[in-house]
Amino acid sequence: MEWLMWFTKFENTKPVSLVIFFGLFCGVVVYLYGSKQRGAQLESFKNIPLQDDDI
Amino acid sequence: MTTTSVTNTEQYNYDVIRKFAIMTLVWGVVGMLVGVYIASELAFPALNFDIPYITFGRLRPVHTGAVIFGFGGSALFATSYYIVQRTCQARLFSSGLASFTFWGWQSIIVLAALGDVMGYTQGREYAEMEWPIDLLIEVVWVGYLVLFVGTLMKRKQPHIYVANWFYVAFILATALLHTFNNLAVPVSLFSMKSYSLFSGAQDAMTQWWYGHNAVGFFLTAAFLGMMYYFVPKQAGRPVYSYRLSVLHFWALIFLYMWAGAHHLHWTAIPDWTSTLAATFSIMLLLPSWGGMVNGILTLSGAWDKMRTDPIIRFLIVSLSFYGMSTFEGPVMSLKDVNALSHYTDWTIGHVHSGALGWVAMVTFGSFYHMIPKLWNTKMFSNRLINIHFWLATIGILLYITAMWISGIMQGLMWRAFDDFGNLQYAFIESVAAAHNLYIMRAVGGLFFLSGMVLMCYNMYKTIKSGSTEQA
Repeated sequence: MEWLMWFTKFENTKPVSLVIFFGLFCGVVVYLYGSKQRGAQLESFKNIPLQDDDI
Repeated sequence: MTTTSVTNTEQYNYDVIRKFAIMTLVWGVVGMLVGVYIASELAFPALNFDIPYITFGRLRPVHTGAVIFGFGGSALFATSYYIVQRTCQARLFSSGLASFTFWGWQSIIVLAALGDVMGYTQGREYAEMEWPIDLLIEVVWVGYLVLFVGTLMKRKQPHIYVANWFYVAFILATALLHTFNNLAVPVSLFSMKSYSLFSGAQDAMTQWWYGHNAVGFFLTAAFLGMMYYFVPKQAGRPVYSYRLSVLHFWALIFLYMWAGAHHLHWTAIPDWTSTLAATFSIMLLLPSWGGMVNGILTLSGAWDKMRTDPIIRFLIVSLSFYGMSTFEGPVMSLKDVNALSHYTDWTIGHVHSGALGWVAMVTFGSFYHMIPKLWNTKMFSNRLINIHFWLATIGILLYITAMWISGIMQGLMWRAFDDFGNLQYAFIESVAAAHNLYIMRAVGGLFFLSGMVLMCYNMYKTIKSGSTEQA
């Protein structure tokens, strides 16, 4: 269990969390802008508020 | 297109929205009236009349509570219930729970105000309420979360529109912030007094982790949800970029949580927390401006509406103030700028450019769109909306200009030294120098309050001519 002590040090956890969160952010950007087909589908959702008057 | 066709028999629960909408207007007038009064007390201290219940110290939390939680909170309940039902094509899943959130929330605002004037406070900014009220908030808020998520779960629209994401983030974050900021031990079961579980610098950091994220999630994320629905609706065109709105959401949600310690620069907190908070505050500029640009560009190709539609004017000007105050915030979070601005009226001016310019203006625009729809009618007078817009805009400009000048003057006077290294000015000299600016601030507040009263009259006439029968 000694290895768990590594996580108690800020100088270790700060860069690790930076890498994790930056990686997640890059993942979101790739998901949003990485595919034209997915992009078109995502953009279609913007019409949802304009359709609710027809319901 | 991914929308699902539904039959016309689906009914929405508008009753609870109407109640919250009316109380938004009531708390707006009450909160702003108290604000104008305490601004006048600062200019003319004789207005205290030596009555402890109406001193600045007791009325100030009444003002912040009534405008943030009464006006802002009721507006968020109303618009979130409106948007979640219409974008999910589903009725609120429990009318009883909806009613409970209404009566529970209104009781909280009244009890909090009574507690403030009676002198009960736990001394935490924007969280002055003592522990029994904190527990009531916890129960009502869990009810709100269950109702909102329950409605999302029974949606007929496969996709959850981005405005709802902002509302869910606001509800979850507020629950987290409220719980941990209010961890306290009551003196006894029958005493209103309690003591915080934290102490010293940790207590201060918990308070400002809460305080800053109350701004971030209650006064920003949730009102962005409002913006992402009502700007496209009123403009009659979809939001500029849906993908940008998703990016805006995740970036804002992640970055806000880390910025609170910038309220404690140059104090006993560890230096790295101060630097971390300033760094994240600077990074916050990107999602904030991304969201502002996304909202404003929704009007691309229809800029003429700015001239012809006073509701659009409210909404777009609110986004401009959002952009301005989210630029000013990061600048003020820099340690060197903060050394000048902290503890001065500059902070008050910054808060009000966000609260009046962004929060109140986007609420006004959204309500002018929503209220006629709730009562199946049209607004009584577009001319009065236009007059309200100018009263509000002039009021804000008077307010923030007075506070900028006063704040920078105070900051400079407090750290001016003479040739011998002594302080050049006594504190009271900086108070005297700010007197005229305090009068100017109160006049600005009076303009804004007049606009609010005018809105109530316009709404009263509109509601009176309407009907609550659903089409």
